[in-house]
Amino acid sequence: MSDNALDIDRVSHSFGPVQALKEVSFTIPKSSFAALLGVNGAGKTTLFSLITRLYDNNSGRIRVAGHDLRRQPSRALARLGVVFQSRALDADLTVMQNLAYHASLHGIARSDARSRIVELAGQVGLGERLGHRVSSLSGGQQRRAEIARALIHRPDVLLLDEATVGLDVKSRAEVLSLTRRLVRQGQVSVLWATHILDEIQPDDGLVILHEGQVLRQGPAAEIAGSRGLTQAFLDLTGIAA
Amino acid sequence: MNGFSVRAWLIAFCGITRREALRFINQRGRFLAALVRPLVWLFIFAAGFRAVLGLSITAPYETYVLYEVYVTPGLCAMIQLFNGMQSSLSMVYDRETGAMRTLLVSPFPRWFLLGSKLVAGVVVSIIQVYAFLAIAWLWDIRPPLLGYVAVLPALMLAGLMLGAMGLFLSSAIRQLENFAGVMNFVIFPMFFASSALYPLWRMRESSTLLHDICAFNPFTHAVELIRFALYCQVNWLSLAVVLGCLVLFFGLAIFMYDPGKGRWRKQGGTA
Repeated sequence: MSDNALDIDRVSHSFGPVQALKEVSFTIPKSSFAALLGVNGAGKTTLFSLITRLYDNNSGRIRVAGHDLRRQPSRALARLGVVFQSRALDADLTVMQNLAYHASLHGIARSDARSRIVELAGQVGLGERLGHRVSSLSGGQQRRAEIARALIHRPDVLLLDEATVGLDVKSRAEVLSLTRRLVRQGQVSVLWATHILDEIQPDDGLVILHEGQVLRQGPAAEIAGSRGLTQAFLDLTGIAA
Repeated sequence: MNGFSVRAWLIAFCGITRREALRFINQRGRFLAALVRPLVWLFIFAAGFRAVLGLSITAPYETYVLYEVYVTPGLCAMIQLFNGMQSSLSMVYDRETGAMRTLLVSPFPRWFLLGSKLVAGVVVSIIQVYAFLAIAWLWDIRPPLLGYVAVLPALMLAGLMLGAMGLFLSSAIRQLENFAGVMNFVIFPMFFASSALYPLWRMRESSTLLHDICAFNPFTHAVELIRFALYCQVNWLSLAVVLGCLVLFFGLAIFMYDPGKGRWRKQGGTA
């Protein structure tokens, strides 16, 4: 069994003639926070679609908590929680109904789901809002509800794709701090896709993805060096400052 | 195997069905709209046509029937046709908003998730059909009481076939805006070129080609399956066609939604 929460091994994917990902490889150790940094169009969302098996990769191998996504898709997906870039909760249903629905998609019985939902809602600060419709929540609250949804089946790996897009500064900080707290508590490993450099801390793991290729990976502090992360990112990607 | 117990499969199925039911309850306008459409046909269109459209004895009817009686099974199928398309419309909407992704990243196999969603949609359509039949009963359209029970499996099969067709279409439609094309090129031709509004022998009198098209139309067989079942009979040809089309459409839908074979792999569409 692998010691890594997520193994991406030489993954390539193309849409017709367009090569979206080229030999992407990196690993996320257990109970760690890693940022996947890249500008829009770098291939982050395509990579997330492959990890969540919305479609199969052309080549390479993806393992979630040691389970090969192609050979054992059910086991791999059962270990994965996902917060997609676009909001995925049903706005007409309450937070409780949404979370109960997602619990059922993992085969969790209603009685077990109920206690888990109450526990998670407390953790993400939505304990008082369980009976409210999602449409009545703020953007930040909806994001926190999505994180609770993604954690309902106790996954090993949590993927968040641009989870702070469209949020104000306060909500952004809340979502980020909640996610880091989950990692510190050893509940989950996180792959945080972003194009916002401010969201990355020196002790985070960092993977820089550009035009479908991994340019660098390692501790953020090491990649930043003395130049600072912004300059290092600009130098690596060749984007003019 | 994926290691889930039978109970877990059942929980997932019930969860998907419950969500569809909750959405249905929250969208009362959708329920009313689904009822108003066939009722307008029954109360206005059928009343008008009653005088001009004579019907000879046609199976499964054992005697002459009023046009309203003839058209009622076709209107039941119409409810299911529109419900199937409504479900496919909501699938396209869910794909555009991203809600579809949360369903498809479930560890259960995709055929099971899509099948559960399909069955949930059909259950909703059957509730609508029985509400319509109850109103039709007040309008003096009264098939045998046993027919109300016998029609249930026919409604299930017809609903599944039409829902599976909608599911397949939803996989091929990239944007919500394209759905108007489905209305014009699929729903209306399917409905009008069928035995829902007039018997096939009437069609043959005006055009043999049109008759053949209607006889080939799977919707005609959905209508006839319901019509015969409502009068406690089985139309074996229609049963075979509906079952065959169900397998075909659902198979195509699974293929299109398959992560390794369908359109997304080639085009990178959102889910």
